[in-house]
Amino acid sequence: MSTLIAERPTPELATARKAPKRRLRGESKLHPLVWVFVVAVMAFSLIPFYWLVNTSLKKGASLSQGELFPSQPTLENYLVVFQNPEFLLALRNSVIIAFVTTTVALVFASFAAYALARLKMRRKAMILTLILSVTTFPAIAIAAPMFSIWREIGLYDTLLGLIIPKLTFALPLAIYTLTSFFKEIPRELEESAYMDGATPFVAFRKVILPLAVPGLATTAILVFISVWNEFLLAVTLTTSPEARPVPVAIAFFSGTSEFDQPLGTISAASVIITVPLVILVLVCQKRIVSGMTAGAVKG
Amino acid sequence: MALKTLHPGGKTQSGRDRAERKLAFRMTAPSLVIMALVAAVPIGYAIWLSLNQYSVRTAGLSRFVGLENYINALASQEWWAAFGQTFLFAGLSVSLELILGTAMALLLNLAFKGRAVLRTVVLLPYAIITVVSAITWQTMFQPHMGLVTNVLSTLGLPGGDVVWLGEHGYAMAVIVMADVWKTTPFAALIILAGLQVISAETYEAAELDGASKWQTFVNITLPLLRPAIVLAAIFRTMDALRVFDLPFVLTRGANGTESMSMLAYTQLRENRLVGEGSALSILTFLTVMVVSVIYVRFAGGNIRDVAKEEQ
Repeated sequence: MSTLIAERPTPELATARKAPKRRLRGESKLHPLVWVFVVAVMAFSLIPFYWLVNTSLKKGASLSQGELFPSQPTLENYLVVFQNPEFLLALRNSVIIAFVTTTVALVFASFAAYALARLKMRRKAMILTLILSVTTFPAIAIAAPMFSIWREIGLYDTLLGLIIPKLTFALPLAIYTLTSFFKEIPRELEESAYMDGATPFVAFRKVILPLAVPGLATTAILVFISVWNEFLLAVTLTTSPEARPVPVAIAFFSGTSEFDQPLGTISAASVIITVPLVILVLVCQKRIVSGMTAGAVKG
Repeated sequence: MALKTLHPGGKTQSGRDRAERKLAFRMTAPSLVIMALVAAVPIGYAIWLSLNQYSVRTAGLSRFVGLENYINALASQEWWAAFGQTFLFAGLSVSLELILGTAMALLLNLAFKGRAVLRTVVLLPYAIITVVSAITWQTMFQPHMGLVTNVLSTLGLPGGDVVWLGEHGYAMAVIVMADVWKTTPFAALIILAGLQVISAETYEAAELDGASKWQTFVNITLPLLRPAIVLAAIFRTMDALRVFDLPFVLTRGANGTESMSMLAYTQLRENRLVGEGSALSILTFLTVMVVSVIYVRFAGGNIRDVAKEEQ
């Protein structure tokens, strides 16, 4: 099986193969103005990061004067964050919510995506349009009634009460991305399974799923990031630190005292939750790019 | 993708087809049921809630008021202010994202040393959750503490002593910037994917015809890129019209930044007006749906093409 996985063309490679000459165009003789633009793009992307880290390392006068380089960098803000039980609870909640939602969404979505990518089906176009249209629903239209329903049946301010509505947006994202990954798997492989007498479901389990591991991983990353990022449902459907995920906790983060400028601590908390995601994005950048653009452009 | 029959010439073709359709139905049903339960049912319930008025004092006390909540909302200044501000935000941020995104995509499509580094750097803001993006730009514009405010006042430029988040116009500018910073990479990558499927031959032909670089860009690249740009525009517009996190963190909706979603949230959670809040969330929903239908109808057939391909 491992050789088969290696043979599976990633979307990146597929594009590269289609236009092999593109990479050579304009090589090495860039106009100086283009370099100016490269530097500008880099600066626009990186300077805000620098300033967030810079702010998180300052306290007192050095913070309120906005020093370009912290004269006395301190990790005190980070200590404050890690000693805050509410922040730690929020981290725990976010991890649970993101893992459970991603897993459940992936299981159901892989079934649906296989049917949509491969099987004969009535009203397929309509079903796909319907699924796509769910992604454009404003979360407030679901959060508002959920707020009332959950308070009546006791799911308000619970982790489960957040996981369920988050599935609404995780599922279509997962189905859409997986469908385009499944379509890229060569049909010949399934056909040989059919020759051996496999049913479509067996072909799905024994041929498609193992081959789709990279696609599943990519989808998992995209869904995980989107669930981790989600804010509106989280803020509407929770009220206590026991259920609040990270984005909400940070939005309500206040300093150690009335008179302390809380921006240093808030920045530290922001850096803490950003670092793991930055690492994830750096390690998986190829996957993320291929997942984001999967199905966007058909060659 | 051309549809090939899986079992050509099989004598039990129709039986197999039926079995396959049955399987397809079984495999999609769980997802569809979940989505119906957690999307359609709540929205239906929201419509019911929006037709009633709920007592703020006595829990459970309500009366049917028909369309009164909608009439009040549509007659209110708050709704139209939020409506206008949401569209202003979406118009500004999406146009900036498309222009910058196209430029970034063209840059990333060039072969030069450091392209890999640039691609990584450009993707970084994608790792940032929106709330943190808001906080980051707050630190940039905070009076006395912010990088931008400090640089502006050192250079003696206007804006250095402005409390950006405290003033109309300025607050919106910060929110737009936070959005552009976080989401331009997304637009850029979609457009880059579109750029990479334009064949080299097309450019070679243009070069032979003596077209200038600018002519090539306007007459060849842009038209061929249109589907990718339209797709990025659809995704980004739908997102921008639902904006909530950025104004929530940066201004709590003050100073001309309240969005439709924020207004509905405030009525529902802060003011405990369930009927009014539900009516506002349904109005937000309808607004976004109308815009998406208009986009799909007039801006291009991308989504329909995707759908058609499934048939």
